Amino acid sequence: MSEVIFTNEMDEEMTLNMGPHHPSTHGVLRFIISSDGEIIRKAVPDVGYLHRSIEKIGERNTYAGYMPYTDRVDYVAAMFANECWAMACEKLMAITVPKRAQYLRVLSCELNRIASHMIGLGAMAMDVGAVTPFPWALRERERVNDLIEELCGARLTYNYHRIGGVSFDLPLGWRDKCLHFLDLFDPAMEEFDRLITLNDIYVKRLANVAVITAEEAVDWGLVGPNLRASGVDWDLRKADNYSVYSELEFDIPVGTGRFGTVGDCWDRFDCRVRECRESSKIVRQALDKIDEHPEDDILGKLPKKLKPDGEAYARVESARGDMGCYVIGKGAEEPYRARFRTGSFTAMGIIEAKSPGLFLADLVALIASLDVVAPEIDR
Amino acid sequence: MTPEAIHEKLKTDLGDEAILEFHPVSDKNRDAWVSVAPFEIERVCEYLKTTGGLSFDYLECITGVDYPDLQKIVVVYHVYSYTQRHRIVLKVFLERDDPAMPSVVNVWSTANWQERECYDLLGVLFEGHPDLRRLLLPDDWEGHPLRKDFEEKEEYHGIPTVRPNPIELYKIQIPGKEEKAS
Repeated sequence: MSEVIFTNEMDEEMTLNMGPHHPSTHGVLRFIISSDGEIIRKAVPDVGYLHRSIEKIGERNTYAGYMPYTDRVDYVAAMFANECWAMACEKLMAITVPKRAQYLRVLSCELNRIASHMIGLGAMAMDVGAVTPFPWALRERERVNDLIEELCGARLTYNYHRIGGVSFDLPLGWRDKCLHFLDLFDPAMEEFDRLITLNDIYVKRLANVAVITAEEAVDWGLVGPNLRASGVDWDLRKADNYSVYSELEFDIPVGTGRFGTVGDCWDRFDCRVRECRESSKIVRQALDKIDEHPEDDILGKLPKKLKPDGEAYARVESARGDMGCYVIGKGAEEPYRARFRTGSFTAMGIIEAKSPGLFLADLVALIASLDVVAPEIDR
Repeated sequence: MTPEAIHEKLKTDLGDEAILEFHPVSDKNRDAWVSVAPFEIERVCEYLKTTGGLSFDYLECITGVDYPDLQKIVVVYHVYSYTQRHRIVLKVFLERDDPAMPSVVNVWSTANWQERECYDLLGVLFEGHPDLRRLLLPDDWEGHPLRKDFEEKEEYHGIPTVRPNPIELYKIQIPGKEEKAS
């Protein structure tokens, strides 16, 4: 499949292998590319290098014991898989989550969204040749990691949410530290815009590249910022009003096509930048409102034994879009089936269809702009 | 539309041979689901997507579940409509010995990879799929791991799949264990 054939004739196709250790593939991804010179005829993704049978592991663990494994579904934004699993189990067992715990979930998730987008944005800029924004973005991400570490003790695989609530309440003085971070973060995003988002070279590099129209995005099941960048005004946080998002005010950034066409690579970048600002807004509001609810009321009433019988499907808006978790119980301590539907998986599916006619260098921009994370594809 | 209304509409327009049972929301089924005859699935999905008022344009998830006690493999479709903001769950019951059904790639392109994954992990054959290859596992993998009777081989190309238990390997004494024994 990956044999490389070089010929002297100009019009012959060349088969190229890209990855699995290519630095721009965000983990371990492989593409088999058939190209005519620099123009791609077809790029076929070959995934599965990071497949860790998360779903099979789910069938062998207890409901609560599966929580640390869900961190590994998407290690850049582990909070969301935590929340998704917790929500699926809560829906299945009809557990109500205390308001304070829901605010803590919103806080942790939105901070995690900022951290995840920072990696996505920095890495995308680096992939197309701008190295400086990456450490700038990572600096902000480190601050978020510090905050989350103080909250739950971990910097990457959080295992923070529990079925029925969360594991820890806010530590002393965390609120002020968080507000201090946001005061630094908002101007840092302005700076980031001047540095890269509106940078003339960067805009010219990405505008009109790999345009995904709204119909294509819906048809291929793109979700999250990738979908919104194509001009579909849809966010699960607004559409489903899950958790306490209905009490918080925020906007949904949608692709505008400011420098090119709606749904080009720049739009996807810009959507994430604006989403970070919205997350910062949400965190501020959540910090204000969280104290309306009694302290330490962070875990709902659980049944004595978690042995549900039935099935439920829960969704959250993760950093990579609609993440779904489908859980089936059959009266045992272990779930009968645990399934994760992730944003990166469907985003990878579109690459084969979008690649013909792209430049090789633009394929890198396309992968980066979809912000795929390899473990989330393979699970 | 409520799931009940969606089911009514499906039943009147597509007939009893395509739409089999309806299970409303209950303590057991947290999402209402409709069971569909296997070889009618493409027609049903096409209808769901194109009919005004339904317009299910987003296929959220395809899941395969193995039920050895029923001798069935169930393929579950979660679909959603961006414009109408309603959901429905479709279930297709397949024979476990011969799990074959039509593909819905022509209705939603996103089904392409999801069906490949379902084939890879459960061995469901989607007829009419343009490229039904293994997706996550290597091409030469034997068996379909999410089937309940799948047995892990001891090694794969010389790579062991089981590791010795470090507690036994290094003869670690777990405090408290001896006291219990005596």
